[in-house]
Amino acid sequence: MIWNAFAIAVREIGRNLTRAFLTVLGIFIGVASIITMVTLGEGATLAVKAQISSLGSNLLTLRPGAGFGQRGSSAGVPSFTERDAETLGEQIASIAAIAPVRTASLSTIYLSNARGSTITGTTPIYFQINKWSLAEGRLFTEADLRSGSAVCVIGNTVRVELFGTENPIGASIRIGRASCEVIGLLATKGQAGMGDQDDTIIMPLSSLQRRLIGKTSSHDINQISISAVEGTNSLELIAEITQIMRQRRNLQSNQDNDFNIFDTRQIAETLGSTTQLMTMLLAAVAGVSLLVGGIGIMNIMLVSVTERTHEIGIRLAIGATASEVLLQFLVEAVTLSCIGGILGIFIALGLCYGLAQVIKVPFNFNTQINVIAFAFSAVVGVVFGYTPARRAAKLNPIDALRHE
Amino acid sequence: MSEAPLIKLNDLTKTYGLGDAAFQALKGIDLTIRKGEFVVIMGPSGSGKSTLMNVLGCLDTPTSGHYRYEGIAVETLDADQRSLLRRYALGFIFQGFNLLARTSALENVELPLLYRGMSRKDRHEKATAALTAVGLPTKLDSTPGELSGGQQQRVAIARAIVTEPSTLFADEPTGNLDSVTTRDIIEILTRLNVDRGITVLMVTHDENVAACAKRRVVIKDGLVESDSTSP
Repeated sequence: MIWNAFAIAVREIGRNLTRAFLTVLGIFIGVASIITMVTLGEGATLAVKAQISSLGSNLLTLRPGAGFGQRGSSAGVPSFTERDAETLGEQIASIAAIAPVRTASLSTIYLSNARGSTITGTTPIYFQINKWSLAEGRLFTEADLRSGSAVCVIGNTVRVELFGTENPIGASIRIGRASCEVIGLLATKGQAGMGDQDDTIIMPLSSLQRRLIGKTSSHDINQISISAVEGTNSLELIAEITQIMRQRRNLQSNQDNDFNIFDTRQIAETLGSTTQLMTMLLAAVAGVSLLVGGIGIMNIMLVSVTERTHEIGIRLAIGATASEVLLQFLVEAVTLSCIGGILGIFIALGLCYGLAQVIKVPFNFNTQINVIAFAFSAVVGVVFGYTPARRAAKLNPIDALRHE
Repeated sequence: MSEAPLIKLNDLTKTYGLGDAAFQALKGIDLTIRKGEFVVIMGPSGSGKSTLMNVLGCLDTPTSGHYRYEGIAVETLDADQRSLLRRYALGFIFQGFNLLARTSALENVELPLLYRGMSRKDRHEKATAALTAVGLPTKLDSTPGELSGGQQQRVAIARAIVTEPSTLFADEPTGNLDSVTTRDIIEILTRLNVDRGITVLMVTHDENVAACAKRRVVIKDGLVESDSTSP
């Protein structure tokens, strides 16, 4: 009987291809849109998370000035000193590594290529704290730091702009008034919502002080990078740092902090919740499109009710039982819904795969959303395909036949 | 009068609607039809003759009274049992043909056999034979839209007889056809009655059509007005 119903259903689908096409289309659109939106939304979330973790998840950055960004001006506020960094590292147990940082904006020239770059002078531990890894060459060492040698490590953006396709390792570039040998190329980190991290030149702090700024006596630094021991409560750590720094900077209890601490974990959490919000928004949009798809299915099913009621009348009149007719309609609805659903999944995944490359987010297959989208449209298809048929099959054959 | 009656109606009524809006289409029909008869049912519009046909053909249910088909109390059957009775014993021909659209003549005729669970090969053979019997051996693949009214009605007849029913119900089968085609259809029905012994009940307005039958039942206002058999 099931085989029979299946044969009739398939024949009936083939007989009215327009109706079948529209039904499949409705389900297809619903399934494809929700899967595409959620998959890409999740890909974007993952991309943001990956970039945040590339910053270092337990990284704290100290800067002079009352606040981070434009608001907190550092004008007139005293810089840090190398001694500040050393003291913090000695006194706080939950600091895993600490690096003093001095930055300077200078022009860089290689052959005929010139550009302005931010030069970071620091200690070798900085690479570890900021999770930089090496693509080529070598990083500078403690020995380079002690001798203040004219070496630097460059980020990928600098390589592209200064060297193009040339190998930068061993080349000599001009930074400000001094010349400096490129000894290493850093692996790409990408955009992290706070500018291009790869646009950087890093050199020993001593070299920057002596050769570029020209004041060997200056031990001023304008940033301290700290990585906390894994599992540290960053609020407690911030409190400890604040206490020591207030002491070292002779701040009275009625004075505000004249430095700020930037905690990547907080930023990560903020960005994480923002992207989560985006995903939810996308899911809502997808939900609407699923609803629209569902209404499309409903419409085409309801529009064909009159015609189909007449057909049911004919089938009943020549001896089909109500359950046989219903089974046929059920098989028809299930078949069309499944075709639409499977087609929707495949096209959506193909589309996501392509779009993920274009908008540069990872392609993330989410089983759950595929199942939900498929199940929802299948249910809509079956309910709206089956319910009108059920009503018609309950009629006396002669009443069903009168629908013309 | 040697055989047991094929159809026996006792005080059969059919009421449409409820309360004040109720309309009694059949007011108490008593009728007996024997196997192999060719009966014409006549009467003015609204007399209840189509309602009678629908009830007799199990397309509709009576409100009260008794209906025995080969001894089976039809009024006690449920919808599925009535479906099975239609499937195995009854054939229908409608004024409006009622063929499945966009479906070939062959597939339309095969349909009742499909519900009997017959194999593809047997279905094809029997349906082809039935279409040949009604004179359409060359129109197997034509859809109703490609056929004339007379041809459509022949397909409908083929569909009705392909299951070898014991009774054929024809509700104004020639109502939509011209006189030449009408004669062909009546000839086919008469032949089925004479050659195959199929009992035929036919509703008609047309005196010329009615002349083909020996027995004539006239319905008026939901009652049998006359029931005459010509020699």
